[in-house]
Amino acid sequence: MSAFSAIGEDREIEQDEFTPGIEPQATWCPGCGDFSVLKALKQAMPEVGRTPDETLLCTGIGCSGKLNSYFDSYGFHTIHGRALPVARAAKVANPGVEVIAAGGDGDGYGIGGNHFMHTARENHDMTYIVFNNEIFGLTKGQTSPTSPKGHKSKTQPSGSAKAPLRPLSLSLASGASYVARTAAVNPNQAAEVVAEAIEHDGFAHIDFLTQCPTWNKDARQYVPYTDVQDSDEYDFDITDRQEAGEMMYEVESKLYEGEVLTGRFYKDDRPSYGEEKRATGEMPEQPLAERYFDEDVEWERCADELIDKHT
Amino acid sequence: MTDQELIWRIAGGSGDGIDSTSRNFAKALMRSGLDVFTHRHYPSRIRGGHTYVEVRAAEGEVRSRGDGYNVLLALGDSFARNPQEDAYYGNEELKPLTENFDDLREGGVIIYDEGLIDGEQVEEVGLHEKAEENGWHVYPVDLRAIAKEHGREVMRNNAGIGVMSTLLNFDTSYYEEIIGEVFNEEIAEANRKVIEQGADTAEEFDEHPALQMPTAEEPDAEQALVSGSDAIAYGALDAGCRFISGYPMTPWTDVFTIMSQNLPKFGGVSEQVEDEIAAASLAIGASHAGVKAMSGSSGGGFALMSEPLGLAEMTETPLVLVEAMRAGPSTGMPTKPEQADLEHVLYTSQGDSTRVVFAPGNHQECYEQIRTAFEIAYEYQIPTILIYDQKLQGELRNVDRSFFDRDPDPDAGSVLTEAEIEEAAHHNSGKFLRHEYDGEKGISPRTVPGQKGGRFLTTGNEHNPAGHISEDPENRVLQMDRRRGKFEYIREDLDEKGNQTHHGPEAAEYGIMTWGSHQDTVFEAVDRLNDAGHSVKALGVSDMMPYPVEEVSAFLESVEECLVVEMNASGQFRGLTQKELGRFGPKLSSLLKYNGNPFEPAEIVDGFESSIDGEDLAATNMKYVPAAGD
Repeated sequence: MSAFSAIGEDREIEQDEFTPGIEPQATWCPGCGDFSVLKALKQAMPEVGRTPDETLLCTGIGCSGKLNSYFDSYGFHTIHGRALPVARAAKVANPGVEVIAAGGDGDGYGIGGNHFMHTARENHDMTYIVFNNEIFGLTKGQTSPTSPKGHKSKTQPSGSAKAPLRPLSLSLASGASYVARTAAVNPNQAAEVVAEAIEHDGFAHIDFLTQCPTWNKDARQYVPYTDVQDSDEYDFDITDRQEAGEMMYEVESKLYEGEVLTGRFYKDDRPSYGEEKRATGEMPEQPLAERYFDEDVEWERCADELIDKHT
Repeated sequence: MTDQELIWRIAGGSGDGIDSTSRNFAKALMRSGLDVFTHRHYPSRIRGGHTYVEVRAAEGEVRSRGDGYNVLLALGDSFARNPQEDAYYGNEELKPLTENFDDLREGGVIIYDEGLIDGEQVEEVGLHEKAEENGWHVYPVDLRAIAKEHGREVMRNNAGIGVMSTLLNFDTSYYEEIIGEVFNEEIAEANRKVIEQGADTAEEFDEHPALQMPTAEEPDAEQALVSGSDAIAYGALDAGCRFISGYPMTPWTDVFTIMSQNLPKFGGVSEQVEDEIAAASLAIGASHAGVKAMSGSSGGGFALMSEPLGLAEMTETPLVLVEAMRAGPSTGMPTKPEQADLEHVLYTSQGDSTRVVFAPGNHQECYEQIRTAFEIAYEYQIPTILIYDQKLQGELRNVDRSFFDRDPDPDAGSVLTEAEIEEAAHHNSGKFLRHEYDGEKGISPRTVPGQKGGRFLTTGNEHNPAGHISEDPENRVLQMDRRRGKFEYIREDLDEKGNQTHHGPEAAEYGIMTWGSHQDTVFEAVDRLNDAGHSVKALGVSDMMPYPVEEVSAFLESVEECLVVEMNASGQFRGLTQKELGRFGPKLSSLLKYNGNPFEPAEIVDGFESSIDGEDLAATNMKYVPAAGD
């Protein structure tokens, strides 16, 4: 029997199981988009059939990082920008665990940008939700990597001279195999996208537009929005890298012109990192974490395996 | 000069086969029954640049680099830049010869490849005058021509081995046996012919040096030739480590490479990642998920690990890091040893540091202390760090094969099984209480993701027993005291292990203290000092945190004065000792060296004698810092 009996447990799962008994009520500001991420995630979990005990949620630092406090599962609230390297190693250590990482736009696209590129490139079978509110919220309103050019804040008093980062394009170029954008104001689409992302076998990145009513009052509330899959105006193949890339460029540009486009932009069914690594022979079939609980494992000894060549 | 020992240097350019030849040579001497110890000097370049490896060999214990050397095989740098032009860096082709003049003992032997280094050049650098002055025996041989005749140019090192066999009466049978093991038959045969012709060519020389190869009876116990990096990696594997993450950086790369090459065979995984922040974070993630995991780097990369290290402290995630020091600050001297990262490793990361730090003194201690590092980390849920340096990582020495005959340690430490989780404390909402106040020895057992009923929250923020963020003052103090209170129990465990090493007569007048890789060099110096009539004993300290206060206090109480030997410019270990003990300041002086070359035993002898005689060390590569009180 597996030492991890929560993994793959077959039973009915209730959305309420993901509401913690400690801090059941989130403390985000009224009107904050973050509530929608929490709700979408709770809705998606029963949908994908995963329980709190087989799920690991790793977050970064910022308002987004509080997600861990309000979502009951195994939870690791890490440090600023580093949720992805912690999360992806947990997936390598025990592939049966459902691994989800979350953070804000500063966390994921700024300080953790290098990890974002490389985790996407490696295509770990996990989900990454970026709460994108185009601002640093918890530190009280500084310009972020996704803030529009000209954005004024206490740290850029004359307006940002920098064009915003293009998160979807960056994700595609880096190697993410599922890329979507949804918005807090569109809860139905959000829950569907989160469920799809979790079910996707590879690195699934969701750029989740979460309005900040406190520090980004000037910003749009991301309404009205258009779901590109529901619109006749947009016709592209999400499995075609070039068409996806062109669409993403348009979506990113339009956001700063005031038009909110959401939907699925890219999906590629290439093998996940675990599959690739196992194929090279450098990752065992048995999950690494299992062997510490498995009394039948014969532990290798350096004295037997490695010392001969030194004699 | 002691004729019973050989200190052989093979010098050439990076890429001239210096490393492999010296390894084969050292192993051959080991098989013949000699004790061997190597010292490696190389530049931060892929090809070319003066590099040498020293092999010290003698019958009886050899535990350090020696004083200077007595035989030079100078190949010349076949990858030299513009050898015909004067350059800022000097004539590189000649450096493997000229750079080695200073350390060659009187009566020493020089064999050089006149196929690469011509006679005119040798005249220019005044080799003959120097040879006359120092009684050196000089043998120019066209090694290149010999190599080319039977094989390829790169075999000229073995032509040199052949020359040595005649001049020094070196029996090449073990060496040729090893050649047969490392090469296919065709190449091995070519090499054997090269050796043979080298030997024949040397018959032309009428005059042979007085120095002859030391010989020994075959050893009773089978020996293994290992580096410090081998010992660390093997200790980690035997400790049950099955995950490593890293980013290349000299000199840590060796441990990372050895682990990466062997982990798949041992059912583990190695991850080379984007930077050292990721490397440490991945090790934390793997450990959190239940695997014994490690990462590491050298000073610059370790700086990037500072924040994840603090995360491991705060979340009580077991983590083992290794830090291979090289000369700093900044990029410093990438291929040169120094012991100047002690304070970096002890204190980096915000907040009160809560980690365990070991500094092994030799190869055996590398193996044992990395195993202890895993034991402590996984039992006490605390990061442990093994700090070593470029010197120890690359030095090869022979160790009894039976030393490695140990059982692996599959114990994942204070982790609960699902059956135990059912019995354990939970919040009434079902959440496992990961960070309880009242665990035995401060340890609150953990669960791992996927275990039924084990879900918990942890965070780098201060947190309550359920892992939820808390800034409550009472909780804060309880959690801090619990985490830091583990030190008391860890200290007890470490006292049982006895990581500190004492050497010399117990009732000695003077003491010498050191830490890390100079331990056995200091011990050799102490033996010589006692032989010369001094009364000295030594203590090699490995536990840097928690510090062995009682043991070091007793040592310092028993001596009149103590010289602290370390390879840095600010006396960091002496400073740590004074901080931890809060007394003995007036007894402690420092002998420091930070020019990129490790101490030789004779330097420590000189340094000690000068310190008690109050003599000036200005003319040496060392610095003496007198006692200054607390």
